[in-house]
Amino acid sequence: MFGLDKKDTTLLLVVTLLALLAPFILNPFPEASALAQFNAGYPDLMQRFVIYGIFAVGFNLLFGLTGYLSFGHAAFLGVGSYSAVWIFKLLGMNVLPAIAFSIVISGLFALLIGYISLRRSGIYFSILTLAFAQMSFNMAYSVLTPITNGETGLQLTLSDPRILGQQATADGSIPVTNLLPGLEMRQSVQLELGGWLFTFNTGYYLAAFFLLLAFYIAIRIFRSPFGLMLRAVKSNQQRLNYTGIHTRPYTLAAFVISGMYAGLAGGLLASMDPLAGAERMQWTASGEVVIMTILGGAGTLIGPILGAGFIKYFENIFSKINENILHDWFSFLPQGLQDFVVTIVAPFFGEGWSLSMGLMFMAIVIFLPGGLVEGGQRIGQLFRRKPAAGDAASSQTTPAE
Amino acid sequence: MGILEVKGVGKRFGGLQALGNVNLSIAENSVHAIIGPNGAGKSTLLNCLVGKLIPDTGSVMFNGQSVLGRKPHEINQMGISRVFQTPEIFGDLTVLENVLIPCFAKRDGAFELNALTSISGQSDMRDKAEQILTDVNMQDKTGMHAASLSRGDKRRLEMAMCLVQEPKLLLLDEPTAGMARADTNNTIDLLKEIKSKRDITMAIIEHDMHVVFSLAERITVLAQGTPLVEDIPEKIKGHPKVQEAYLGQAHG
Ligand SMILES: Nc1ncnc2c1ncn2[C@@H]1O[C@H](COP(=O)(O)OP(=O)(O)OP(=O)(O)O)[C@@H](O)[C@H]1O
Ligand SMILES: [Mg+2]
Repeated sequence: MFGLDKKDTTLLLVVTLLALLAPFILNPFPEASALAQFNAGYPDLMQRFVIYGIFAVGFNLLFGLTGYLSFGHAAFLGVGSYSAVWIFKLLGMNVLPAIAFSIVISGLFALLIGYISLRRSGIYFSILTLAFAQMSFNMAYSVLTPITNGETGLQLTLSDPRILGQQATADGSIPVTNLLPGLEMRQSVQLELGGWLFTFNTGYYLAAFFLLLAFYIAIRIFRSPFGLMLRAVKSNQQRLNYTGIHTRPYTLAAFVISGMYAGLAGGLLASMDPLAGAERMQWTASGEVVIMTILGGAGTLIGPILGAGFIKYFENIFSKINENILHDWFSFLPQGLQDFVVTIVAPFFGEGWSLSMGLMFMAIVIFLPGGLVEGGQRIGQLFRRKPAAGDAASSQTTPAE
Repeated sequence: MGILEVKGVGKRFGGLQALGNVNLSIAENSVHAIIGPNGAGKSTLLNCLVGKLIPDTGSVMFNGQSVLGRKPHEINQMGISRVFQTPEIFGDLTVLENVLIPCFAKRDGAFELNALTSISGQSDMRDKAEQILTDVNMQDKTGMHAASLSRGDKRRLEMAMCLVQEPKLLLLDEPTAGMARADTNNTIDLLKEIKSKRDITMAIIEHDMHVVFSLAERITVLAQGTPLVEDIPEKIKGHPKVQEAYLGQAHG
């Protein structure tokens, strides 16, 4: 279907179903239960799942296929957000032109940075991209303040022109982002079933649509002759040169495409919440997408989406859990012991959630170098047992699983 | 005037004169062997032909055009393909994919953003790739990862990758090293067959004299970076200078 073979069609259908049913799947616990804090089916978090999924899928097109590790991809995310907010300020609150503009501007920016950075490979390439991203970050705070509004971040105001829309709503407030007149990003439909509450949000479904589109294009690229050339770059660039291929146009195209994915993600972030700040471009944000991709499985199709979901979910859960909740959990212990256990465990939660993330990341890289996808394959093997070990080993190393 | 004209080529690595003053002319559609003891500079000479090294002195003309100063991919586009002494293949990819890459590579080197066509839909390319793999007797290994092949198979794969490009000049750096006797003979037959089917010039570096005397029409003996003699195989066999070069090495 859609030019995909059977296996890829199945994968796409599974991801489509998961995306459509996410409000149910992510809210398995009734509202009133103690476990409700582990629910993830609310709009803000679901939006982040799919938006960072797009970011990681795009990053993987560069890193997973060509092996070029960009350490500055957050710059394109940030540029995407700024571009979208400018459209909201100048044109109007419809998200589609804003998203299109984000993709174009990020693509152009990636063309410039890629053109220079791709003159080097390996660690030098990574350092160059990092340097460019930090430069962008610092400039957003300083000389580019007229465009970025510096430390405050770029926000909508009542005096923005919005030539194709309204400057202000009837009650004098700033209008909100919409897909169609009357269909606002923040609108949700709620469904109560027994003790469960499910929320269906416009913004989430728009982002999910873009994730599916982005994922579909990624599958096509993986299976194309162009994708084969990119994998060949990772495998042996020298041989490719002696086969008559100038590799730079290929790596540059991959870099620009991946920058456009980041721009799309940035544009979507701004569509959900129309403001953009420089911190979105910081190196920690660039590192996060690297971690998402490796954690899920670099070079695999589904890995980056899993990695993004994993990180965003645990970031959210771990950071929400405070000492009171921990005391609750360990309330079955005698008071002294309870205090002691909570003191030990507390640094891993709340503010310290990144400590837990770091440990989890280390564990996965050490025990599952192929990321979550490899973990899934190993579990699958346990259940199948039948196929020969060699079969499973070869499917592991196939980057297109 | 040969298809390849090397004139006065010299190359120095620090204090080591790897190539002295090499003159070499390879006639079109011939098989020319370059032999010599280890460290004679044979691979260095090939490196100067494909753009991996730039010689300090001299000129290299292919088909009347200079190759010096051109990038490796440009030289390949002129029609020169090379099999390396240590196989250069795409280890993470399958055998079939390894051969598909030169199939998709446009002869003029043009970049193609064919990102939305699928490989499996291009049956002409697959047929071409499968045919060449059958020619080198690897048709039952198409799905294997190239890195897991034996040394001899890696070499045959690399040869298939070069042959599918239909080069005008094929450079072979010890193509049968690491191969079993039977595979060596198959390789000799394969190269002979290709030669009989179409126009191709081959330059072959080889330590195995059986291979050299089965294929070569002319032989150049290289020692310490300079050609000692160049002649037809019959004359080379008993040549005193050749004996000396090899024996000298054996004693030293
Ligand atoms: N890149 C390099 N840097 C420094 N020295 C080099 C380099 N390449 C080759 N050499 C030296 O140049 C000399 C010739 O090497 P070359 O590889 O051309 O020999 P060869 O004739 O191919 O030998 P063999 O039969 O062992 O392959 C050797 O002494 C080698 O150590
Ligand atoms: Mg050599």
